[in-house]
Amino acid sequence: MRGRAEGRRTVSRRDFLKVGGTGLTGAALLGAAGCGGGKKIQGGAGGQQASGSASGKNVLVYGRGADSVSLDPINATDGESFRVTTQVFDSLLAFAPGTTDVVPWLAVEVPKPENGGRVYTFKLRKGVKFHDGTDFNADAVVFNFDRWRDTKNPYHKGGGGQSSNFAYYSSQFGGFDKKSIIEKVEAVDPYTVRFTLREPQGPFLRNIAMHQFAIASPAAIKKDVENFWQHPVGTGPFKFVSWNRGSEVDLEKNPDWWGKDYPVSKGGGGPKVAKLAIRSIPDNTSRVAALTGGQLSIADGLNPDDVPTLKKNSGLKVILRPPLDIGYLAMNLQKKPFDKREVRQAVNMAINMPKIVEAFFGSTGQQASTYIPPTVPYFDKSIKPYPYSPARAKKLLARAGLSGGFKTELWYMPIPRPYMPDGKGIAQAMQSDLKKVGINAKLVTYEWGTYLQKTSSGQHDMCLLGWTGDNGDPDNFLNVLLSSSSATPKDALNVAYYKNPKVDRLLKTGQQSIDPGVRRRVYYEAQRILHQDAPWAPIAYAKPPIGSQKAVSGYKPSPTGSEALNTVSL
Amino acid sequence: MTVYIIRRLLQIVPVLLGVSAAVFFMVRAIPGDPAQILLGQNATHAQVVRLRHEMGLDQPLVVQYVDFLKNAARGNLGNSIVTGRPVTVELAARFPATLELTLFAMVIAVAIGVPVGVIAAVRQYSLLDKITSVFALTGISMPIFWLAMILIVIFGVKLDVLPFPGRLSAGESIPQVTGLVLVDSLLAGDFGAFRDGFLHLLMPAAALATIPLGTIMRMTRSSMLEVLGEDYVRTARAKGLMPWRVVFKHALKNAMLPTITVIGLQVGLLMGGAIITETIFSWPGVGQIAYESVYRRDYAMIQGVVLYGATLFVLVNLVVDVLYAILDPRVRY
Repeated sequence: MRGRAEGRRTVSRRDFLKVGGTGLTGAALLGAAGCGGGKKIQGGAGGQQASGSASGKNVLVYGRGADSVSLDPINATDGESFRVTTQVFDSLLAFAPGTTDVVPWLAVEVPKPENGGRVYTFKLRKGVKFHDGTDFNADAVVFNFDRWRDTKNPYHKGGGGQSSNFAYYSSQFGGFDKKSIIEKVEAVDPYTVRFTLREPQGPFLRNIAMHQFAIASPAAIKKDVENFWQHPVGTGPFKFVSWNRGSEVDLEKNPDWWGKDYPVSKGGGGPKVAKLAIRSIPDNTSRVAALTGGQLSIADGLNPDDVPTLKKNSGLKVILRPPLDIGYLAMNLQKKPFDKREVRQAVNMAINMPKIVEAFFGSTGQQASTYIPPTVPYFDKSIKPYPYSPARAKKLLARAGLSGGFKTELWYMPIPRPYMPDGKGIAQAMQSDLKKVGINAKLVTYEWGTYLQKTSSGQHDMCLLGWTGDNGDPDNFLNVLLSSSSATPKDALNVAYYKNPKVDRLLKTGQQSIDPGVRRRVYYEAQRILHQDAPWAPIAYAKPPIGSQKAVSGYKPSPTGSEALNTVSL
Repeated sequence: MTVYIIRRLLQIVPVLLGVSAAVFFMVRAIPGDPAQILLGQNATHAQVVRLRHEMGLDQPLVVQYVDFLKNAARGNLGNSIVTGRPVTVELAARFPATLELTLFAMVIAVAIGVPVGVIAAVRQYSLLDKITSVFALTGISMPIFWLAMILIVIFGVKLDVLPFPGRLSAGESIPQVTGLVLVDSLLAGDFGAFRDGFLHLLMPAAALATIPLGTIMRMTRSSMLEVLGEDYVRTARAKGLMPWRVVFKHALKNAMLPTITVIGLQVGLLMGGAIITETIFSWPGVGQIAYESVYRRDYAMIQGVVLYGATLFVLVNLVVDVLYAILDPRVRY
């Protein structure tokens, strides 16, 4: 979901000026300015002590491209909201640092499925307290899940722009009330919770590990459910202090955090800094400048172009986020001639993808081979990308009766996305490759909101798009992006409008099975069929670059896009 | 005079009605569905439909507009789609940042623009006059995003003397009373925060000041030239008064009249939110939220920002006209 709605966007000068700007990226403009790098940020400006401030010590400053929307995890859909909630809240399970491996978190162990995957029993950690001093226990877990699941629950609401929509609950668990895959959640004893499911769900434990299903303080929600989103209370490593809209979210260390003695390999330890300031700096160049000038400890949402220059700066380092995303060119199967498989395969062979990935991603991406990224289980390593071969592409076109080529439109997004740093550049490169085999593609773009609306109602011939996963399960890619049920006339996520009953059956089996052997078989087969049918030309798995001061240590970006910063020290 | 002011105030109503209609229908003509944007990528069609209904977006446009007017007449501009808070509250929260930035930028522009304009007029056709003309022209035509970036690179990064972005350093906060950092920090007796806030203000204000600076300079120069050619100035000189005394005591007061108009209009413009400057410096003011709301299709918020800007502009105009009448006895309404 975050793939589109997330806030990890970088605003370029182009965005609000529609002029070429200086044509320089932030880093290029700054040159390899050696100053500021490696300097500890002491509250003041790049090394200047802000006198009179007791808070100047040990502040970790995280720079990002946009402000959060809501700090109630279940009410948020954008990545920049989770960036904050991940610090304040804990889920029952979590993903180990830098991976999508599920580890125990507020639950002391990852439960085994019982009754064929219809029952899960979670043993909870004892002695954990919410930031408001109330106890975390089985009742708290029940309270949260009841609040999300049951539309008649008095707390099934919450302020903010998205009150009571709980979009993620219904997308991951099938809906609310009778539609919810989770039938009931019961407290067996104060530290044991039993989940009963209506049907087995393959990604269930991964869903439970998501940031969205973090456990909030029942007392705080009961006290003021309408304002909880502005005053979040969880059990996490940092406590909420204040939220200055459009500027900064301030958090402070939770000295009583349960995880301080938990193994570091599983994400425990710390918190190591006294304060955490999460700043929004929409302008990308400004954000890079703030990192170079030593105003930020860590800066997210850089352009790949910034990477080489930042690497030259001895005071800074560049960290790549492991890829849980895929960028692709989708062909609309409802539009001729893309209903013919040969044509789609021809497009795959006509485009010199290795060269495009090298030019536009550099070290921050690897060419995509299959339709899920390598961080996801059941990724089929044996599938190789289509070879670049204009000659074979022409043959395929001739076989489809299009030896004279054809005219079409290629749509690209106007702003950089984590999975697509330069939509326009990539589209132009593809256009010139396609021309060589007789396919004349006209380039089309719209403002981002409009682009999403038009592509999700199938108005395009071909379009560039991408997806960032949520729970590290193949279901969260293939079922969302390539099943018939996602190919709706409006709000489609399956923008290729690819409908294959056989693939649908495989994906359904994968979704409902908890047997790793069965899941492996169906997802391997689905990937093979997709590769042959070629509804997309997969481009790359992007590893979004993050810059940090050399002195920052213990920072491990999560593929899911937000990570708890308890392990980071300055 | 009172009658004139009342008449002018009443004229605001049709202006705002026109503006509100224009912005209301224009905003909705932008493709892109706020419900879809809010719910994100994974939302089902049913969820989107339900949210559209909750937001009242499934009503006919005219019905929506009439509802909007009814509420607006009571001072309720609706709730921001993104934050859920009333638009008026959001604007009020952002207003002090924009006000502080605008006033500071105007102080810089006036403090430099007026004296330089006067000197350029008195020493007409001198080298100094030519240099300031070039400078003014550069200031007017320089793209602000470029200038802002250059300032950041030079003063923020290379020389490392001025802090950015935002209004205070990370982790700093002061109790909010007026919302103006410089005032609140003094009220709290926190001189460290005052200094920090002041330093944060310098770069964005300097960048923003270049917009009105050139205009003020040129306006002062040309009206000063006109006044210096008047009979009474020649009389004053003939009486043997010191040339500079003539310039500052007799001529400047009259020459300032057109300049005041320009200053007023520029204040009105900048207070509407300096979108680019605020975005580059992450200055949490009205300009920044204007940009964000368009991006997020926050209909209510865009309407609020535009109406606020229009109201401000009309009021500033009125104040300028009234000032004019007070300063220039020849003007009668």
